[in-house]
Amino acid sequence: MSITITLIAQVLAFTILIWLVNKHLWGPLSAVLEARQKKIADGLAASEKGIQEQEQAEARAEEVVNEAKQQAADIIAQAQARSSQVIEESKGKATEEADRLIAGAQAEIDQEVNRAKDGLRKQLSELAVAGASKIVGKEIDANAHKSALKDLIAQI
Amino acid sequence: MSTENADGGGGTVAYIQHHLTNLHTGEGFWTINWDSIIISALLGGLIIWMAFKVKDNLESGTPGGFQNFVEMILEFVQTQVKDSFPGHNPLIAPLALTVFLWVWLMNFMDLIPVDLLPTLAAGVGIPYLKVVPTTDLNTPLAMALVVFVLTVYYNLKVKGPVGYLKMFLFHPFGKAAVPANILMTFIEELAKPLSLGLRLFGNMFAGELVFLLIALLTLGATVSAGLLIWFPLQVVLDLAWLIFHILVITLQAFIFMVLTIVYLGMAHTKDH
Repeated sequence: MSITITLIAQVLAFTILIWLVNKHLWGPLSAVLEARQKKIADGLAASEKGIQEQEQAEARAEEVVNEAKQQAADIIAQAQARSSQVIEESKGKATEEADRLIAGAQAEIDQEVNRAKDGLRKQLSELAVAGASKIVGKEIDANAHKSALKDLIAQI
Repeated sequence: MSTENADGGGGTVAYIQHHLTNLHTGEGFWTINWDSIIISALLGGLIIWMAFKVKDNLESGTPGGFQNFVEMILEFVQTQVKDSFPGHNPLIAPLALTVFLWVWLMNFMDLIPVDLLPTLAAGVGIPYLKVVPTTDLNTPLAMALVVFVLTVYYNLKVKGPVGYLKMFLFHPFGKAAVPANILMTFIEELAKPLSLGLRLFGNMFAGELVFLLIALLTLGATVSAGLLIWFPLQVVLDLAWLIFHILVITLQAFIFMVLTIVYLGMAHTKDH
C-alpha cells in the first residue's frame, strides 16, 4: 500500500504498451479507417458527378427532341405549302387547258359555220342564176354579169 | 460485522488484510508487487494479441464482427480526442486508446468474484494475490506519472522553456503576485497527476473493499437458519454492486482517458 519500485515497473510497462498499441493497433486500424473514409468520399463524389452528368444528358436529350420536333413541324409546314402550291398550279393549268380546248372547239365550229355559209351562198347564187336564166329565157352570161352576181352573193 | 465475537472479528480482519496484500518480494521502496505487474502485463498482452488478431485479417471494405467492435472503440476514442484536444499530435489518440483499454481491462478484474482467483492461486501455492492492478496505488500513479512527464515535455516543446516559466510566474494572478503565482501553479500542476492517479485508485480500491464486505456476509458461516437470511442478501447485494460496478469501471477508464487528453491538450495551448 505504498509507492515502491513497482511504480517504475508499471511506468515501463505502460510506456511499452503505448508503443505497442500505437504500432500494432492504432496505426494499421486507423489507416484502414482513413482508406475507407476516402473510398466513401470518392464514391459519393462520383455519384454526385454521375447525377450531374445525367442531368446534363437529360437536358441535352430534351434539347435534341425539341429541335427534332421543330424540324418536323417545319418540314410539315413546307410540305403543306408545297402541296397547296402544286394544287393551285395544276388547277391553273387545267383551267388554261380547258379554255384552250374550248377556244379550239369554238374556232373549229366557226370555221365549219363559215364554210357551210360559203357553200350555201355559192349554191344559192347558182340557183339564183339558174332561176333567172329560166325566167329570162336565155342563158345569162355568168361572166357578163359577174359583178351583179357578186353583189348578190354579198347581200345574201 | 464488528459486533461478532473476537474470533470471528480476527478472521474478518485477517481476511480483508489478506486480500489487500500484494504478492510481493523485497522490503520498503524495493518491494515488487508481482501480481500487479504480471496481471497488468497479461492484460496488456491481451490488448496486443487482440491487435494482432484484428491486424491479421484487416478488411477496409466490409469489416467483420470483431473488427467492427474494435473500430467502434477506436472511433469512440478518436471522437473524444477530436472534441477535447486542440491541434494535432499523432501520439495523443494511441495514448488515449491505450489508457482506455488497459484501465478498463484492469478494472474489469474487479468483476471477477473476489475469492476466485486468490483461492485458485492458493491452490497452486501462491500465498497472496491481489487481482486488480488498479487497486495497487503504483499502477494508477505510474500512468499518471507518464501523463505528467508527457505534459511537462509538451509544455516545454509547445510553449518553450520561457513560455512555460512565464506560466509559473504570471498565472493565475498576473504580474502583481509572482510568489503566489509560483506556489499556485506548482500546486495546480502537481495536483493534476496526483488527482488523476488517486481518483482511479480510490474508486477501484473502494469498489474492491465493498465486494470484500459483501463476501464477508457469509464468511465462515455454518449451515444454519441465519444463512437463509444472509445468503440471499449477499447474492442480491453482490449482483447490485456488480451491475453498478460495470458502470464504475467504464466510467473510471473513460475519465482517466478524457483527463489525459485534456491535460495534454492544455500543454498544447500557447497562451494559458
